[in-house]
Order: sequence, then C-alpha cells, then structure tokens
Amino acid sequence: MNPQTTESTPAVPQHYKIEFSLKRFARANSAQLGILGVFLTLWLIFIISAPNTFLSSQIYSAFMASIPFFAIMAIPLTIVVIAAEIDLSFPSIMAMGMVAFSFTYNTTGFIGNATIQVGLAILAALVTGALIGSLNGFIIVKFGIPSLVVTIGTQFFWRGAVLVLTQGANFTLTYITDTFFYPLLVGKIGGYFPMQMVWLIVVTIIGWVLLNRHRFGAHIYLIGDNVKSAELMGINTSRTRIQAFMLIGIISAFAGVVASFYVAYFWPSLGDGYLLSTLASVFLGGTSVFGGTGTILGTFLGAFIIGAIEAATVAIGLTGFWTQLIYGLIIVLSVMMHTYLRKRGE
Amino acid sequence: MEEYRLELRNVSKSFGEVQSLENINFKLGQNEIVGLLGDNGAGKSTLIKIITGYHQPTSGEIFFNGQKVEHLSVPKARELGVETVYQERALAELQTLWRNIFLGREICNSLGFLDIQQMRDETYRLMNQSMGFTSHAVSPDSRVGTYSGGEKQGVAIVRALFFNAEIVILDEPTMGLSLKETAKLVNFVKGIKQAGKSAIFIDHNIFHVYNVADRVVVIDRGKVAGEFLTKNIGVNELMEKMVHVAETGSLD
Repeated sequence: MNPQTTESTPAVPQHYKIEFSLKRFARANSAQLGILGVFLTLWLIFIISAPNTFLSSQIYSAFMASIPFFAIMAIPLTIVVIAAEIDLSFPSIMAMGMVAFSFTYNTTGFIGNATIQVGLAILAALVTGALIGSLNGFIIVKFGIPSLVVTIGTQFFWRGAVLVLTQGANFTLTYITDTFFYPLLVGKIGGYFPMQMVWLIVVTIIGWVLLNRHRFGAHIYLIGDNVKSAELMGINTSRTRIQAFMLIGIISAFAGVVASFYVAYFWPSLGDGYLLSTLASVFLGGTSVFGGTGTILGTFLGAFIIGAIEAATVAIGLTGFWTQLIYGLIIVLSVMMHTYLRKRGE
Repeated sequence: MEEYRLELRNVSKSFGEVQSLENINFKLGQNEIVGLLGDNGAGKSTLIKIITGYHQPTSGEIFFNGQKVEHLSVPKARELGVETVYQERALAELQTLWRNIFLGREICNSLGFLDIQQMRDETYRLMNQSMGFTSHAVSPDSRVGTYSGGEKQGVAIVRALFFNAEIVILDEPTMGLSLKETAKLVNFVKGIKQAGKSAIFIDHNIFHVYNVADRVVVIDRGKVAGEFLTKNIGVNELMEKMVHVAETGSLD
C-alpha cells in the first residue's frame, strides 16, 4: 500500500514519489471534493426544479457578470481566514477606493487625457486599498486586538469617511466608457464572456500560487495553525499578517473599481451588499473558521454556489426575501459540516 | 584562553514587575553537554528563550564563540547554529510533515517560490534515515497531528539536527514519551556529544540529565544556585542538594 515507508527498503530513493491511489487522493482532498459534491448536487437540483432557467446559456453569462464582484474579494479573504484572522471592512474599502479614484480623476483635469487620468485614478484606488488594509493589519498586530473587533470598527470608520467626503452624493462615471480601461475591466469577449470573469480567474490563480507555491502562503498556513510555533521557529508573524490584510485591501479596492465600472456609476453604499456573500463563499468553500486549513479552489466553487442561490430562489418561485435567510443558513450549515468532517478526519 | 561556544554574562530578564532571571552567568563549552535543572518556574524556559532569540534580555551580554552578539533574534540565533527542541514542540499539527520539517526556513528561490519537490525528497530521506519511522501512516504528506507523541518528538529533533546545529537545546524532551522512546532520546543526546556538538539539556528527571550531561547547572528563583561536574558528584548527592535548594533557595 505504501511501499516507500517499509523499513526493509535498503537504499533510500533520491525522489519521493507517491503512487496514485484514489483513496489517498480522496483523503487528502476531502474538503475540496466535499464542496465539489455540494456544487454538483445543487446544480442538479437547480436544473431539475427550474430547467428553463438553468439550461439556457444566458443565466451562465449573467452569473459570470455578477459573481466576480464579490468572488474576487473572497480569494484574499480566504488567505486572511487561513491565517486565523478575519476582515469585515472590505466593503468599505471598495467604496473608499472609489472615493480616491474620483478625487484623483477630478484633480488631474489639467492632463487633459481621460485615459491617463483614469489610469492614475485606478492606481490611486489600489494604493488607498493597500494603505487601509495595512492599517488594519498594523492595528491588529501591534496592539494585539482581535481582527474581528478592529475590522468592525474600521468598516464603520471608512464607510463614514466615504459619506463625509462625498456628502452622501452619488455621481456618474460616464467618462470612463471612452477609455480602454472600460472594455479591459468589464467588457465582454465575443459578446458573451465577461471580462470581470477573466479578472476573477487571474486573481484566483495569483491567490493559489501565493498560497501554495510561495513562502508567504506557507507562513500563512503555519500562523493560522499555531502562531506560537511559527514565532518560536522564527517566522515574522506580524509582517506576514499585515501583508495578508494589505492584499485584501488592494483586491477590495480593485473589486470596487470593477463593480463601479460595470454600472459606470458611483454609489456611496458601494460594497454594502457583498459582506455576507463574500464571507459565505469562504466558509462554504471549506476554509476553517479556526485557521490553518482552507483552499482557493473551495472558495472559488463556494462563490458560484452562493451566486447561483440568489438566482435559483427566484427561478424556483420563492421571493427575493428568501435569499438572506438561505445565505445565513448556508454559512451556519457549511461551518458545521466542515468542522464535523475535519474532526472525523483526525 | 579557551573559548566558550556560548556565554551569558549578567543576564537579567523581567516581564513587567516580575523578575524572571537575575544576573545569570552561564557558559557552554565546546563539545559540552550541560544539564539545566530547576523547579517549575525557576526560569529555565526563559533562559532558553533568551538563548534562542525569542526573548530579549532586559540587561546583560551574550557571546557566541567569544564574539558579543547584539539584538539576538530567532533567525540570527539559527544562523549562529542554535537549534531548539521546544517543550511545546513547536509543530503545526494541521500541516504536513514536510512543512513542519522546513517550518520557518522553507527552501525557495530568490523570489520566494517554494521548491516543494526538494523539500519532500529531503523529508523522505530524513524520515527513513534519521527518524526511523516505519509506520505506514507516516509520509512526507501526512499530517503531523495524527502522529504519536514519540513520532512528534522525533520530528522536532530531526528538524533541529538537519540544519547543521552547533548548539542543540532540548527543553523537557522526555515529557510524554514512553520508556523506549526516552531511551532512544538519551542515546540521541549522547550522539550529539560524539558528533562534536554542544547541547543544553533540560529535564525534570534528574536521572536522565545526570546520565548524559558533563555538567549540571541548578537554577532556582531566577538565579544560578550552583553547578557541578557530573564526574565529581554522585546522583544521590545531587538529588539531596536539589531538595535542599528547593527548600531553602541555596546550596549551603
């Protein structure tokens, strides 16, 4: 069954190779297979209960247009949660990034070139996101306050800052539609495949590589598993956690830009509706609330389940009022399911 | 003059109002095994954590091979060849064996990308050659949390030795081990001596310490209460002195 570990092996081979075994594969990837099973089962249920909706290609185009707005943020949130932290301030970071965006656009009118102005404005939004994220991380790490408390506070603070700076006003962003950033961020390839889906895939791949093939991700897992061990073994746990919060800050600001571009309009409440669905994607995807385990692929699938549920509740004939109830139920049930599976696996 | 591998001069450490260590003078010779004895809360673990760079002393000086070292940190201590098997083992139990072996110093290129295959290969080699793991449940990709106490300790020890340790520190390494595993551990500490390295060995069990140490340092209430060469003192005599120290705080 496991020939490389028998003690009679005379010479140790140079390379450690695992012979493929379905059982071992299933064990090692139980969480991801679990979420894939949930994904396929729900999909089947949706198709059976609303075939007209779920067998047409339009619904999938619509999913790929709307789901990336929160799914993009669920990727770095997964990294934060694996490090046994949480960030609830990302919806406000989305909006604050857009405030920096419009401020930069409005003050660079002397350049006289909308494309350069919008490019600078996007950059300003990302930098703002990075700064707010780092500040979250700094407060959490240096003062030793739980991230749940800190980010509830900063969530209100930055939402408040948005309202003060904009005086609660919403405004149009029609000027962006003339720049190449518009099709680059929210265009449609071949009139069907939305660019925001491409960006979601890009962020997912970057997140996966960072988490699984980079020292940063290795340290994230170790910090979430046992922060004391990580410190004793010389990992700079403060810096790594601040970087994780900075990452979700940048990506949230980016998601804010993409979501605003999609409607070419800015609402000061931007991001408010994404808190629950982003969190639900991460927990449904099998990332442990206790830290130390979780996968990017799980979150990616989780986001699509969450996104499909809203459409499905309506298509099945329930009113939109049901979606929040179902989201809440899913968060609680998925956390229970994954905790149970993990305890059994040990 | 003989150069010590490690020397602490007048090292004190306080946490807020609590004075944990007071003017500690401690020497570790080349190729010497020093046993550290003392009651719970005597300051053994704090002393160890100063040597490993985890705590910074409030005052005092630290010398490695006669060179004064300022601002000792965990990575710096490791560069100087200090490797530690912690009382709490410092493992990440939800993670795989190879991640634990390379905890905190993953093999990666200049951009920080991991060389996972090499880490797995090295882990596999160590597992077979040094840890003597024969259980089917153990592979580089198995989770450390599923191992027995002895296997976990094996991981912590092999990890300390793999990276060219000059000074191996063992903090209560026999805790939670079976008799057979303990015997193996004692042999292992003797192996450190034969390999020409130095070690600091901390244990509650006087017999284990007496068995392997060249010299025993007794710590009590944050101070060095006394030290003996094991060749000059019998184990019973040492035990009596320990009881005396625990009761009165001094050797005399």
